[in-house]
Amino acid sequence: MTDLIDTPLTVGGRTFTSRLLVGTGKYRNNQEMVAAIAASGAEVVTVAVRRVDLDRTKEEGVLYHLDPSRCFLLANTAGCYTADDAIRYARLAREAGFNEFIKLEVIGDRDTLLPDTDGLLTATRTLAAEGFKVMAYTNDDLIAALRLEEAGAVAVMPLASPIGSGLGLLNPYSIRSIKQRLTVPVLVDAGVGTASDACLTMEQGVDGILMNTAIAEAEDPVAMATAMRYAVEAGRLAFLAGRMPRREIAVPSSPARGMLG
Amino acid sequence: MSDLHLQVNGDPRTVPGPATLLDLLGHLGIDPRMVVVELNREIVRRPRLGEVSLGEGDQIELVHFVGGG
Repeated sequence: MTDLIDTPLTVGGRTFTSRLLVGTGKYRNNQEMVAAIAASGAEVVTVAVRRVDLDRTKEEGVLYHLDPSRCFLLANTAGCYTADDAIRYARLAREAGFNEFIKLEVIGDRDTLLPDTDGLLTATRTLAAEGFKVMAYTNDDLIAALRLEEAGAVAVMPLASPIGSGLGLLNPYSIRSIKQRLTVPVLVDAGVGTASDACLTMEQGVDGILMNTAIAEAEDPVAMATAMRYAVEAGRLAFLAGRMPRREIAVPSSPARGMLG
Repeated sequence: MSDLHLQVNGDPRTVPGPATLLDLLGHLGIDPRMVVVELNREIVRRPRLGEVSLGEGDQIELVHFVGGG
């Protein structure tokens, strides 16, 4: 239904079928992860780069469970605290041979996992020069977002609230201002907790949402993934539809004329 | 013929030498298509794994994709 009204999401020259992007972490088991991703309708699926466990190789590699021909693998640099580390992880991810996209994270603080924008800018410049398509996870800060776009990011990914917090969209104004000023797609990444958060976020006019914990930690991840799919579509359609103005007074919906004398 | 003492993913490993990176993966039972290999912080591309010989004290990282957000 959405595709009759909406245009598809295009990032870095690639067109994607869904405006919902999902992570693959923290699921109780791989079967639940696969079922939830299918229910979400997401095409872009994020993965992390980690050492192979030399004793138990087969069970933890996500590619034993995900079919790379049916989803678009977006590697992240989660867990990196410096630009150099993030660049190293990005290069390793690209060498896996799927695509040149990277979800760039440079974390600045262990308690909040808030991004280090200085490190992000350094890493974005280096990786963009090496041909990477950088999707930069950043604060809900307009100036940082503008700088990342200038540095060559193909998408800017401001947070709704801290990673894994489920606090929802804390600053709709910041997200709107980022969307209004950037040319590249704005994908909100992190912080949504339930479907209304996703819907409200999409109603700000952003191009998409990436989420992981809200689905993986739901009591029923497949049901929540389905709810998120509808919420993202509903929020997008509501944005495109254009909401009515807010008024401080009531305006009757039924005619004032024709009342009995 | 002598043993090579390596650091693989941060842990000490001993393999019979001489050996290439491909030999090391075979020794560890790892499918080379499923990992990316770093030797002393330089990525070694898959087609070259059988050409690169290991040296005493080499540091090797074997990484792959895991679940993440």
